[in-house]
Amino acid sequence: MSECTCHTNYQLDTLIPKVGVITDIREETPDVKTFRVNAPEGGKLFEHMPGQCAMLCAPGVSEGMFSITSSPTNLKYQEFSIKRCGMLTEYLHSLQVGDSITVRGPYGNHFPVEDRLKGQNLLFIAGGIGLAPLRSVINYVLDNRADYGTVDILYGSRSADDLVQLKEIQEVWMKTEGVNVYLTIDREQEGWDGHVGFVPAYLKELGFATDKTALICGPPIMIKFVLAGLQEMGFSKEQVYTTLELRMKCGIGKCGRCNIGSKYVCKDGPVFRCDEIDELPDEY
Amino acid sequence: MYKIARENLPALYRALAAERELYLPVRKSGQVNFAAWDEGFSEEDLLFGLAALKTVKSPKDVFFPQSETLYTCKKDGRKLTIEPEALKAQDFVVFGMRACDVQGLKVLDKVFLSEPIDTFYAARREHGTIVAIGCKEPETSCFCSVFGTDCTEPAADVAAWLTDDFLYWKPLTEKGEALTGQLKQKGPFARTSEADETQVESEKAVTRRIVERLPYSQLSLDGWDGDATDEKFGDALWEELYKPCLACGTCTFVCPTCQCYDIKDYDTGHGVQRYRCWDSCMYSDFTMMAAANNRTSQMQRFRQRFMHKLVYFPANNDGMYSCVGCGRCVDKCPSSLNIVKVIKAFAAKAEAVRGGEN
Amino acid sequence: MQELIRETKPSASSQALVHRACELLSDGTVARVLGWKKGDLPYNPEPAFFDSAEALSSFTYDAFCGANLSKYMIEASRLEGKTLVFLKPCDTYSFNQLIKEHRVDREKAYIVGIGCTGKLSGEKIHALGIKAVEAIEGAEDGMLCEGQESASGKTRAAEEAAAAAEIVAPADPDAVLTIQTLYGEKTCAYDEVMLERCHVCKGKEHKIYDELLGQSRETKNADRFAEVERIEAMSPQERFAFFQSELSKCIRCNACRNVCPACSCRKCVFDSNKFDSSQKANVDSFEEKMFHIIRAFHVAGRCTDCGECSRVCPQGIPLHLFNRKFIKDIDTFYGEFQAGEDAETKGPLTSFTLDDAEPGIAEGR
Repeated sequence: MSECTCHTNYQLDTLIPKVGVITDIREETPDVKTFRVNAPEGGKLFEHMPGQCAMLCAPGVSEGMFSITSSPTNLKYQEFSIKRCGMLTEYLHSLQVGDSITVRGPYGNHFPVEDRLKGQNLLFIAGGIGLAPLRSVINYVLDNRADYGTVDILYGSRSADDLVQLKEIQEVWMKTEGVNVYLTIDREQEGWDGHVGFVPAYLKELGFATDKTALICGPPIMIKFVLAGLQEMGFSKEQVYTTLELRMKCGIGKCGRCNIGSKYVCKDGPVFRCDEIDELPDEY
Repeated sequence: MYKIARENLPALYRALAAERELYLPVRKSGQVNFAAWDEGFSEEDLLFGLAALKTVKSPKDVFFPQSETLYTCKKDGRKLTIEPEALKAQDFVVFGMRACDVQGLKVLDKVFLSEPIDTFYAARREHGTIVAIGCKEPETSCFCSVFGTDCTEPAADVAAWLTDDFLYWKPLTEKGEALTGQLKQKGPFARTSEADETQVESEKAVTRRIVERLPYSQLSLDGWDGDATDEKFGDALWEELYKPCLACGTCTFVCPTCQCYDIKDYDTGHGVQRYRCWDSCMYSDFTMMAAANNRTSQMQRFRQRFMHKLVYFPANNDGMYSCVGCGRCVDKCPSSLNIVKVIKAFAAKAEAVRGGEN
Repeated sequence: MQELIRETKPSASSQALVHRACELLSDGTVARVLGWKKGDLPYNPEPAFFDSAEALSSFTYDAFCGANLSKYMIEASRLEGKTLVFLKPCDTYSFNQLIKEHRVDREKAYIVGIGCTGKLSGEKIHALGIKAVEAIEGAEDGMLCEGQESASGKTRAAEEAAAAAEIVAPADPDAVLTIQTLYGEKTCAYDEVMLERCHVCKGKEHKIYDELLGQSRETKNADRFAEVERIEAMSPQERFAFFQSELSKCIRCNACRNVCPACSCRKCVFDSNKFDSSQKANVDSFEEKMFHIIRAFHVAGRCTDCGECSRVCPQGIPLHLFNRKFIKDIDTFYGEFQAGEDAETKGPLTSFTLDDAEPGIAEGR
């Protein structure tokens, strides 16, 4: 029996990861770090679109899906902002520059930056670590400034110390023309002279015109009230995009874990338009 | 079509095993499951295996093993290397599958051969040749006919039929022809006569008549399709139906179409193997994340399994159900729950509602 | 929808239990009933909760109602009001043990101890080559209905039910099942297709109950420890080979664990991703043996030998043998002890006395 060669026609299975080297670690908040990842020989591991995710694995510990927080327009590396909340993230937080992890992806769909969002005025609303996926879009939009209208960014967190990417927000976003940034924290805090209050409440105060497309990401409870707020202001659900997060193992819609009805969040998501979410059974 | 005298079956097995890796149903410690050929198998256990309509585990194991290593990760200081597991490169034969299990593979194909292709599965599919046997005495829990499968006509590479005296053998695909060509030179193959064909056809007809009379053959799938999510998902009936469910994984692990899997680590001490293993949507940790879980109750997990088979899967696969009516779950559920009872309960409720309206 | 299973009149056993259940529901003693619901095949009734007389129309108590309902009482103990639970004699041991472990609330249970004629296994019928079953005669009753008694003396209702019951009791060991199949009528001896546990029945006595209904049949015709002794007599190599061949069939479905009344941890160590124990791989070199051996150790001294693990195993692994080995050793080292005999006595493995056997004694056993 001769050895076959047919399998050489296959590309490497999508479940087989690549090695990624951590080339920079930024401590964003007491429990969020941003990891910069490169291929061992330098450069990016793969190309992606804003909103897509990748599976990061610490062999022997665990593997998990994380959104890619860097923009595709960043040609040098990919970044992941990771909040410490479980076994895997705990371990990732213990890593040092120069350590390796494995990465596979990119997975999932992305924000429609090339079609539906083009030419639109954009309103980004994020809470806490929810800024991670939106940052990818925001930077993509800023790097392709001419393709989009006005940009408003409303970002809130528990405290001033929990605001992620503060440096970039202050030094880049706030200084870009046509970009308005509104920050808020949940409770009064010494040294904070900005807005205080929950994101949905601040949203109402700000009262945006409905000539915008909203992209929201944050804890489920925030999304719920933000969505209600937007609808009150007259936004339709077709104007609002968000991302969903469920437990994932394969990232390609086969392991059977992250479905909501017939949709797999890893493959058909993570980005959903809110009217699409309405079509899904209530199990997320 | 060819025929092999029944007493020559052991010779056929040996001829098959000489040509290719061979998997076939065999009795071990009282239970019939598919296993790789072993010279040590007794004729009695092989015959018993061949006669058994349903192996405990379905033969999906051969194509999608319950556990398989995907790659090994080695660490040298801070440097990581990844060694992917080799894909199946050897031709093999699965002998003795049944029509329902062949249909089960077609369901799995929809999952694993759709983009992005699962190369581990694809390689096995490519190298596997399936010889499936037409069923003769269907059992109480069989309901493949409900899904349009004719248990007397397995759609495999080779279809075979067992009568009192012969195993009849009919290649249906190129792979089947190739295997037959190889075997014909060595194995005890004889050409069939018209009388043989008549004999096989008449036995099939007898079986089909039995099938019509099986207790589940009249099961109606009315109301179950890819568009039924809104109607079925929120039904209060689920709260009632799931109650005896023990949250074990028996139904999912004996099922020929359940394909949920987990990917986990095995630390060998000199490298971490990332392996994939069957998982069950019935398990409480199936959807659990560090911070949340979208299915916290057994009702939700129970509902997921049936909604997936009868609604979600058809929605994504042109109406194809991911149940093939093999009846293994009917036989094996510790609490005697199963997909048929679920379908019937919904039908009864619909009937009651209709009755109420009239 | 055409229903091919013949609609049969409820058996005497079912009628008697339904009658009593309706009384207890209507007088407010209980809020719901935990029993068995008719299956859609002649041999597959399922455990079920009932909350009304109307719902009880699908109730059944036949010879296939083997499921031990005690474990469901863990969940039922969290519900509002009392649950009427029907327990066979052997099930009451499990219930006692669950009380002892504070897993069920005695106050939330109204226990009707019911008779048992020995429970049957659909798998064993199938193993005899009997298939395409349409109807089974001789298995309609789960208990003997003559001379019903209750703790408070005979209730009128029970008397009526007993009178109404025209008993065709399969009381004798020569009882036969007549099975209609699409391949003709078949017969088999009742005893031949009985669950293993019934052949080594612990007895007809209920260890805890509020009232009793129906009577039991003597089914014990084998020595409980004979099989354990057979395995003890093997050489270590033979023994290893025996367990290797049995346990290598395991598919890690967890049915044995999930059905086990002694496995009542809210979170099993095998489900925790915090430990290496949560491996789902079916690797017969190690994983499966570990799972079953650890489980056997964990339930040692608490296992009542209810036999559910072996009843539900899809691969027919005689899991009860592990537990029985422990029971036999405990009997030898500490004197005879039956877990679940009552709800108070401390088990030998959970109480220390100076006379206890030294651990070394177990070596080589």
